[in-house]
Amino acid sequence: MYKDTIKKISENEYKIPVTGKMNVPGIVFVSEMLLKNVDENCLKQLANIASLPGIVKKAIAMSDVHLGYGFPIGGVAAFDPKSGVISPGGVGYDINCGVRLLLVNLDMEEFMGKREQILSEIYRNVPSGVGEESEFKIGPEDLNNLLDNGSEWALSKGFATKDDLDRTEDYGRIDGADHSKISQRAKSRGKNQLGTVGAGNHFIEIQKVEEIFDERVSKAMGLKKGSVVVMLHTGSRGLGHQVASDYIQMMEKEYGIDGLPDRELIYAPIESELGKDYRAAMAAAANFAFVNRQLITHQIRKSFAKFFPEAKLDLLYDVAHNIAKFEQFVIDGKEVTLCVHRKGATRSFGPGRLELPEKYRGIGQPILIPGSMGTFSYVLVGTETARSVSFASTAHGAGRVLSRSYATRNLSLESVNADLKQKDILIKAGSRKGILEEAPEAYKDINEVVRVSDSLGIGKIVAKLKPLAVVKG
Amino acid sequence: MKFEFLEHAADIKFKSYGTTLDEAFANAVLATASYLSEGNPIKEKDEKHISITGRDYESLLYRLLDELLFLFDTEGFIASKAEIKIKGLALDAKIYGGKSEGEPNHIKAATYYDMYIKQTGVRRWEIQAVLDV
Repeated sequence: MYKDTIKKISENEYKIPVTGKMNVPGIVFVSEMLLKNVDENCLKQLANIASLPGIVKKAIAMSDVHLGYGFPIGGVAAFDPKSGVISPGGVGYDINCGVRLLLVNLDMEEFMGKREQILSEIYRNVPSGVGEESEFKIGPEDLNNLLDNGSEWALSKGFATKDDLDRTEDYGRIDGADHSKISQRAKSRGKNQLGTVGAGNHFIEIQKVEEIFDERVSKAMGLKKGSVVVMLHTGSRGLGHQVASDYIQMMEKEYGIDGLPDRELIYAPIESELGKDYRAAMAAAANFAFVNRQLITHQIRKSFAKFFPEAKLDLLYDVAHNIAKFEQFVIDGKEVTLCVHRKGATRSFGPGRLELPEKYRGIGQPILIPGSMGTFSYVLVGTETARSVSFASTAHGAGRVLSRSYATRNLSLESVNADLKQKDILIKAGSRKGILEEAPEAYKDINEVVRVSDSLGIGKIVAKLKPLAVVKG
Repeated sequence: MKFEFLEHAADIKFKSYGTTLDEAFANAVLATASYLSEGNPIKEKDEKHISITGRDYESLLYRLLDELLFLFDTEGFIASKAEIKIKGLALDAKIYGGKSEGEPNHIKAATYYDMYIKQTGVRRWEIQAVLDV
């Protein structure tokens, strides 16, 4: 039992010592309160990661960790590019699931006067549920182009501005993407879903900047107390899911499953042909997700413009929280490049990093952490500390504690709706189930999740956002 | 009982049963369809043929569920009846179904997590699988 062997190292850090096939220890960044919700299977998944070839220093679980496939959600691991591996189970089925935040230049009072109409307009313009097709009809050539070039394609079609690209992780385009490494099946699954939010925990939320914790950084990001912002959480839809399933099966075929602690943890050496192919396919699926969020942004802007033609919605930032990337670190005094897997974890780059746009190079990268429906969300800023403590990573969200079926059976729509009404939050959802499954009770305490990141110094809290209106699948 | 849903923190876990391996597989199809349709009626008007091979029963199931999710995402197709024949490590499926009359649910992917396929007694087969939603 890992629960019995786990050791407290400091206030918010626990360690699973190396046993059995583990190459490195497991580190869990949680408070005592959050540790209570971390189950044994989750710790086992962390120990499984620690047994992978070429893993460097430690396998990490973030404060919002919960059970996943292969990696737990909230799992971070870095691999040596020569001896290490890349695993679809370390990225997730929703490749480049991520979050973006838009700054709205409207007064709160102005907005509140049209809140309901704007929410309905967004709900109409952005298909959120299941099986709904978007209005963007994309031909095969456009699809290949956007898979290779990401948001640059959106810019060329007038769906994005130069500033949008500047304020997207990797500028909305991951290098090395190759559409030919993506199956026709994946393309067929994804092409009609471009510009849709999807179901599950994905959403569009209009929020109010409730509290500022860091004046200097908030100012640099353009966040003002009492102002309106829009948060969007979605990913690569069916296309990304299919890429993950396809490569899991191809890797099984190529390498077999003997000795794997978990079949979802199938991997390929980074330097192998299949490893390179997966990288190119993952990058293309990630580009698809950037474009998806960009097209939805276009529709949100259109929806606001209908009521406020002068409204401007500037992108604050767009982060990817399911992805594997090559980044530079200092390990044992030496500068090295590592392949960092972030499965439900957000990149946290401190000030000075050249990968950041000029606008944020002085303060660090904006980190966007959504709460659950009806609870606060947070903006944090990346730190230099994260580079040495957590492979430049921090938490990504609230993390589930109740199963979907338990939530649907045991929570009532009336009480969840009454709670939202009491907090003055409007909601439009595709189904009753969508509301119940995502009820705040089903999630960990987001305030505690970000507090842990802040205390560890792997992401400093900048602002707290309160929901005003939500669109859910 | 053809199938039942179990507790899982983030996703959907089910068990399906059958007197034969084929029947347990067919009931796994129905369990998946039941989540997709959320129990709403299906307009049965289509018939799909699926032929797949795998390295073991688990990979056959993974691929079969993958096919079902592909049909759902591309055509809105949900199964209402399934006939499965497994010979060695080759599976042939005839799936009947169509669109749901209600608002369907979404499934991201089939997974190998906690998956097993086993004979639990004379004329008793059991399957367990988790779907990423």
